[in-house]
Amino acid sequence: MDPYALKTLNAERRARRAAILVTDLGDGRDRIVREGDQVAGDLGTAIAKAFRSGNSGSVEAEGRTFFLNAHLPRPRLVVIGAVHISQALAPMARISGYPLEIIDPRTAFATPDRFPDVTLHAEWPQDVLERQPLDAYTALAAVTHDPKIDDFALKAALDASCFYVGALGSRKTHAKRVERLLALGASAEQIARIHAPIGLDIGAASPAEIAVAILAQTILAFRSRGLDAKGAAA
Amino acid sequence: MSDSLYLDEARDPLIIAEGWMKDGKDVAIATVVETWGSAPRPVGSHLVIDAEGNFHGSVSGGCVEGAVVSEAIDVIGSGKARMLEFGVADETAWQVGLSCGGRIRVYVERLG
Repeated sequence: MDPYALKTLNAERRARRAAILVTDLGDGRDRIVREGDQVAGDLGTAIAKAFRSGNSGSVEAEGRTFFLNAHLPRPRLVVIGAVHISQALAPMARISGYPLEIIDPRTAFATPDRFPDVTLHAEWPQDVLERQPLDAYTALAAVTHDPKIDDFALKAALDASCFYVGALGSRKTHAKRVERLLALGASAEQIARIHAPIGLDIGAASPAEIAVAILAQTILAFRSRGLDAKGAAA
Repeated sequence: MSDSLYLDEARDPLIIAEGWMKDGKDVAIATVVETWGSAPRPVGSHLVIDAEGNFHGSVSGGCVEGAVVSEAIDVIGSGKARMLEFGVADETAWQVGLSCGGRIRVYVERLG
């Protein structure tokens, strides 16, 4: 392996950006391909597929055998709101392989008692997200219903190209939210990426069922990254 | 969002390999490039080895690491990459019949 390729790969991984190490198994030469880099032909098709699936494997192209080692940042879920839905979502997300963190400045809600074994920030989203920015491999679900808490985080999620952005609330609530986000400088195209009402339509009624709907929609968004314009990680 | 939760720097084989390289050590990197049947570690898994036989990571969960390490020391000496193939259908490898019948191919190359 080329030492420069290793350094580049590790730098990308530390920055939570996707990269693929492409090794020619015939002569041992390798190079790093970043998400969005253009690679032509069958190799390019295989690389695009590996970025989507995260699966590593060999591919025959141009009469050679290449090994693609896909390094995708671990997807994670940031939830704005230490509410009933989040209590159900936290263990389910962890089991599904999406580590979850909760941000809620309301200290009566964000208590370790209500959220055992969950990374909990009893602070304003502005403060947490400045320290620990969102990125394209992060999903954000805003479930407080309170514009003072949700809006900043939603705008930040759109700007960071989070792979999933969901917001709790009826269509009527969301229409008002759209006005506020436009006023904050979000574009109509960005706002169209918000899933609202939140969650896959499975007829969810209870907080736990809404959590299932949110988690399912998050997984769908992650697994279909790059397959349509709306889900593009860009 | 602590680093440890998302990239375990203290145990990540590729981060360790980079550190060894900076310390001036000779390093080999072994990578699972193909699996058949039930193999214990997925394609893309790494074992990194230095010239003294120190290693981190895993390509088989412990079954064939010894063999990979000794091959890797040769690869560090020669600079020529090797493709190794192992059956994991070793009765001594598993106590309760898990993962028997699998096979893996491991690519071993020198860093630099």
